[in-house]
Amino acid sequence: MSFVLLAGMILSGLQIYAAYARFGERGGPFYVNPFEDRAFPAWSRLGGWLAGGLNWHFALMWPLIIGGLLYLSYLALSGEWRSLLFRPRDVRGAIEMQKYYLRLRKEHPPQGKHNPLQKLAYTFIILLGVLSVLTGFAIYKPTQFAWLTTLFGGFQAARYWHFWTVWIFTAFLFVHVVLVFIVDPASLRAMITGWYRGRFPSHD
Amino acid sequence: MIDRRAFLRVAAGAGTASLVASCGWDGGNTVRPLLLDVSRLNDWVGEKIFFSRSRLAREYGVSERSAQLPSYFISRTTPMLKDPTTWKLEVAGLVRRPQSLSLDELRAMQRTTYTVKHHCVEGWSAIATWHGVPVSAIAERCELLPEARYVRFDSFDSGYSNGWDLASAMHAQTILAYGMNDNTLAPAHGAPLRLYSPTKLGYKMTKYLVSMTFTAERPGGYWEDQGYPWFGGV
Repeated sequence: MSFVLLAGMILSGLQIYAAYARFGERGGPFYVNPFEDRAFPAWSRLGGWLAGGLNWHFALMWPLIIGGLLYLSYLALSGEWRSLLFRPRDVRGAIEMQKYYLRLRKEHPPQGKHNPLQKLAYTFIILLGVLSVLTGFAIYKPTQFAWLTTLFGGFQAARYWHFWTVWIFTAFLFVHVVLVFIVDPASLRAMITGWYRGRFPSHD
Repeated sequence: MIDRRAFLRVAAGAGTASLVASCGWDGGNTVRPLLLDVSRLNDWVGEKIFFSRSRLAREYGVSERSAQLPSYFISRTTPMLKDPTTWKLEVAGLVRRPQSLSLDELRAMQRTTYTVKHHCVEGWSAIATWHGVPVSAIAERCELLPEARYVRFDSFDSGYSNGWDLASAMHAQTILAYGMNDNTLAPAHGAPLRLYSPTKLGYKMTKYLVSMTFTAERPGGYWEDQGYPWFGGV
């Protein structure tokens, strides 16, 4: 569900981008952007025109924000955040884990529900989600939330960061799904159903 | 096998989403009305929760002005008055004293000057200085009736108009501008008089004004009626 919402959000975002396909005040200078002055192909844009894209974007944002808040409060109230949040003390474990993956270490280091590298990834992705919402508000209401817009370096800079959080998020999601497919296809079903019945029983 | 089926379900979802996008789908007859309902909800949130009558937009220095500010109009050529000397702004609707104000009369009223950032719905922005009379000063002069809740601004640019909520119109930085960047307002930017406010998107600021009407019902607008957000606040 959230996957479809997110896809709609990204595709309508590409429609909105087409209206002013660069980042900077009128007349420049512009921030470095490989997509400068290029509209994304018509099949990748949702809404048909700017108003259509905006209406999709500003409608889908509600379930995504509410879902995100519910998820964050669940993590906070259930104590689940402890097994997901990457903290300074996880740095050592992350290095050990990386050694294992690079085959510099033979045995899989001991771990809790998630290994330190997974924690790092989840913490990063949650932070990225929060950032995409905050940069979104910074460009949605740059006068009412002027402090937020200033925090991101101004209106055009906030547009720029809003754009990039999406690419980083998409790249992360892609790598994540590919990894899951290679390492442990059973956990893909667990992501959707919430139940794990794969070959790594410790994950349950 | 079941894993593959689960993956197929995800893929089907993504496929549907891109298929929907491939048509440049605006929602069609079933979803589009729903999207517009949410847009009305966003108008309400924008006006009642995010907008504050006392919060002022940041002002910039004159040296920070942009080299250019794009100009838009609906007509095929720049809208011009046949006889600028007879132009008057008609202020009517739910008021005790309807007004008919000449440019000289408007210039003699309270004058506001500020250098602010312009935000276009397309995503561009530019800084300029504006000179004009606050809409609230005109409202005071014509004595609003308590039923007045909205304002409709009409132009001589091929029927272009905008509807505003009263709170946004009465904001201290909402002005009827007759000057820009220390000069008289140019025809490309809405001469002789245009609406301006750094709390709204560009398309809400009616150019080439002819009248201002206070109403009880929410007035539509040129772009708003085609699906753009009605409130258009930034």
